[in-house]
Amino acid sequence: MADRNFAIGGPVLEVKNISLSFGGVKAITDTSFDVLEHEIRAIIGPNGAGKSSMLNCINGIYKPQVGSVTYKGEEIKKVTPNIMAQKGISRTFQNLALFKRMSVLDNILVGRKLHTTSNFMEVALQLPKAKREEKVNRDRCEEIVEFLEIEDIKNTPVGKLPYGLQKKVELGRALATDANLILLDEPMAGMNVEEKREMCRFILKVNDEIGTTMVLIEHDMGVVMDISDRVVVLDYGKVIGDGTPDEVRANQRVIDAYLGVEH
Amino acid sequence: MKPIFMTYTRGDLINLAILLIVGVVVIPMTVSSGYWYTSILIPWLCLALATIGQQIIMGYTGQLALGAAGFMAAGAFACFNLILRVPGIPFVGALLISGLIAAAFGILFGLPSLRVRGIYLMVATLASQFFIIWMIDKFGWFKNYDSSGIITAQDIVIMGKPFTSPIEMYLVIVAVVTPMTLIAMNMARGSTGRNWMSVRDMDIAAESMGVSLLKTKLQAFAISSFYCGVAGALFAFTYLKSLEPVAFDIKLSFKVLFMVILGGLGTINGAFIGAGFILLFPVLLNYIGNNVFHGAIDATIISAIEQVVFGVLMIIFMIYEPLGMAKLWDTTKTKIIGLINNKKS
Repeated sequence: MADRNFAIGGPVLEVKNISLSFGGVKAITDTSFDVLEHEIRAIIGPNGAGKSSMLNCINGIYKPQVGSVTYKGEEIKKVTPNIMAQKGISRTFQNLALFKRMSVLDNILVGRKLHTTSNFMEVALQLPKAKREEKVNRDRCEEIVEFLEIEDIKNTPVGKLPYGLQKKVELGRALATDANLILLDEPMAGMNVEEKREMCRFILKVNDEIGTTMVLIEHDMGVVMDISDRVVVLDYGKVIGDGTPDEVRANQRVIDAYLGVEH
Repeated sequence: MKPIFMTYTRGDLINLAILLIVGVVVIPMTVSSGYWYTSILIPWLCLALATIGQQIIMGYTGQLALGAAGFMAAGAFACFNLILRVPGIPFVGALLISGLIAAAFGILFGLPSLRVRGIYLMVATLASQFFIIWMIDKFGWFKNYDSSGIITAQDIVIMGKPFTSPIEMYLVIVAVVTPMTLIAMNMARGSTGRNWMSVRDMDIAAESMGVSLLKTKLQAFAISSFYCGVAGALFAFTYLKSLEPVAFDIKLSFKVLFMVILGGLGTINGAFIGAGFILLFPVLLNYIGNNVFHGAIDATIISAIEQVVFGVLMIIFMIYEPLGMAKLWDTTKTKIIGLINNKKS
């Protein structure tokens, strides 16, 4: 991929020695990996390998007992979803976490939260600043709606949409934050081949046109090997492989974890 | 429809103009009976305002709070004391400060929402209801050491002119409720409302988008209580014309809650529809009792029927139309417009 608009740079996100347990259950053990600027980084692994927990640690929903998260060279002391959003990390969720009773456009508009500075008084009285900001935010969201090709459903309450479309809206909401790094938790789960192909196209397009760094969890190996620059493989909360898709494919431990070994 | 003021369409503005003309010109010119003002229009608008408050916290922010009447009492007694103790305070000024005092209580009693949710929060917020009423009863200062228990509210004086007749009071209320409704709509449709609803629908996702749960919840509690406070002051000064803590008991809180549910969660116009329905329904039942059955039905039975019908309606709405009467109204409107268009073509 030599012809991409944004050449892959140095490490932007570093996860060091993360360990997370729930009571006696160890979800992640001493896991480290890094994410390079502008790359598409996949996290794969069998069910229960700790992939989603990993994303939740990066984003601050879970608090790991040990380990650190470094973003853009700065070790983040207090990792909370809110702080990470302010730093420029956005995400989507495995089981969809959309605002069900709000319209598609309103959902995406919530993504503009951190680009909104008018307070409730300015909004209440519709002062020029609030109006101006609302217009800018709406225009940006209309762009995203157009980009994702969901213009015809933009006023529909999200809860009424089929799964595939909801996944798209969630991507749109993450895009609206103008984040530098987006964590995608199984963006293609439950989609048919057609929808998967479309979602891949969007992910590649975003990465290529805006340069957004992507970290994604995915089960479909074909997809992962096709679109990601590097892959990290987790099994039982430990890293068992890390490298380019080809390297990972050739890794004996990865093959064993997926296919099982004779004991 | 093309939006005009960002969030308003031409249709909205026409509706608003029609409502204002009816409210400010047509009604005062045609309705002369004091009964309509004192028993229907005045309480309707006051309670609709309180319902908007409850709507903000419950319908928009999804926090199951139950204590609207407590905040209404805070507003009412704050207004009474401000007019009593601050010489020359303008009525509207006193009204706004009362709202702010109620908002302060709202923030205080909204704090549990940061830890608990759902039915537990409802129980926690009940504390506001009982605490505020207890405080007013316990410390004589709030009631100006009046031993009778019922204090007459002062006259409303704006710019030296007393507003004491029903029609005048009604106009004062319209002058307060109209801008406050518009402001609520602006917030609800703007970024403020989106923050509220994002917390209601999926708080983890909201946080991941940079919405602060602490700030958003407390802000919603403050604004909600502000509306309840102003509504409570208006309610006491124009409808009750007296101040008694008993008037703001838990029953009133439930009434406001029912108005929200029947009107439709998360709608501003639902506040007016819900308040209107709950207020007018007993009037209608009474009317039927007196005019259709000529008093053959005992008044106690009528009030029992009232309770039964409310309960049944509440269950029906919860199951079949959680968005309430506002949604029904929308659906009917769309159907009628569809029918008309079909006839034309």
